[in-house]
Amino acid sequence: MGRIQIITILVNLLFIWYVAYLIIKGKLREEYSIVWCVCTVILLVFSFWRNGLQVVSNLFGIYEPPNMVFTAAIFVALIYLLHLSVVASRLHEQNKKLAQEISLIKLQLKELATKENS
Amino acid sequence: MNLLKGLVIIPCYNEEMAIGKLLTEMKVLSLPQHIDVDVLVVNDCSKDKTSAKAREFGARVIDLPINLGIGGAMQTGFIYAQQNNYDFAVQMDGDGQHPPVELIKLIDHFITSQSNIIIGSRFVLKQGFQSSTLRRIGISYFHYLTYLFTGKSIYDITSGFRLFDKKTIQIIASRYPDDYPEPESLIILSKAGLSVKEVPVIMRERQGGKSSIRNFSQLYYMAKVTIAMFFSNIRK
Repeated sequence: MGRIQIITILVNLLFIWYVAYLIIKGKLREEYSIVWCVCTVILLVFSFWRNGLQVVSNLFGIYEPPNMVFTAAIFVALIYLLHLSVVASRLHEQNKKLAQEISLIKLQLKELATKENS
Repeated sequence: MNLLKGLVIIPCYNEEMAIGKLLTEMKVLSLPQHIDVDVLVVNDCSKDKTSAKAREFGARVIDLPINLGIGGAMQTGFIYAQQNNYDFAVQMDGDGQHPPVELIKLIDHFITSQSNIIIGSRFVLKQGFQSSTLRRIGISYFHYLTYLFTGKSIYDITSGFRLFDKKTIQIIASRYPDDYPEPESLIILSKAGLSVKEVPVIMRERQGGKSSIRNFSQLYYMAKVTIAMFFSNIRK
């Protein structure tokens, strides 16, 4: 086993531990952790299986394995960013609804209070 | 004749300079006998004393806990109108651009034409404050875009002085754009099969506060509204 393999495997394990820590502490919701877990598993597989990159690149007809790594990584990152934009849009909408409800209820409360006082 | 209940919704963001004068003008306004109008100020989380000032002048005030932008603030008013069963709602800017006297024209036109939406327009008779050249170019661009999408010729497409009937309130209470809502909402409402009429009004220059559309944000405004109008048009 080469030195680089040991380093990547260690970094991977550290990463998985950190993701697990965030979930346990309640700082990361499970549904958003899936993508991180899947990514680390893939990285872990390729850390052990060194020829894997070459094999998969040949499968897709890519001459240089690093090119495949960059293409795949950028593609996955873009998709995930889009997903996060969707999440942000949903939060925005829910936030707006909440604010509107609260302000309407506050007005009702105030009017009830003045009615009771009079 | 049946009594018609209307709600004037005034969305405000930092309008402490203008709101008092506007509310005073609203109070002395003499409307036709069978029309009863309430005023609702929606304070969009202002940093100044807009809320206290509006209360001082006797308005009913809704205080939003966070800044939602003009569309979110207006929608709060529409939900209120829906919950309290108003027959029509009027949007009137808090900066004093829309003189309350002109409200009578909108209501009169609503009663005689029975349209779903009445827009107070600066450009039908070309009287009063006409906005800057650059803005008029923008407005004619949206005029053309609306014509393309809906086949309707609405001149003052960005006018925020608008009256909505009960049927329209039901729709906009559940769906209304967040920022720069005017052109986009007209596409949504046209697609819902509602009728739109324009009535000439005379507007003033703003009496205080700042426009929500300034400098570079004008480009952002054009792009955002164009995209929003396009997607509202193809959305079912």
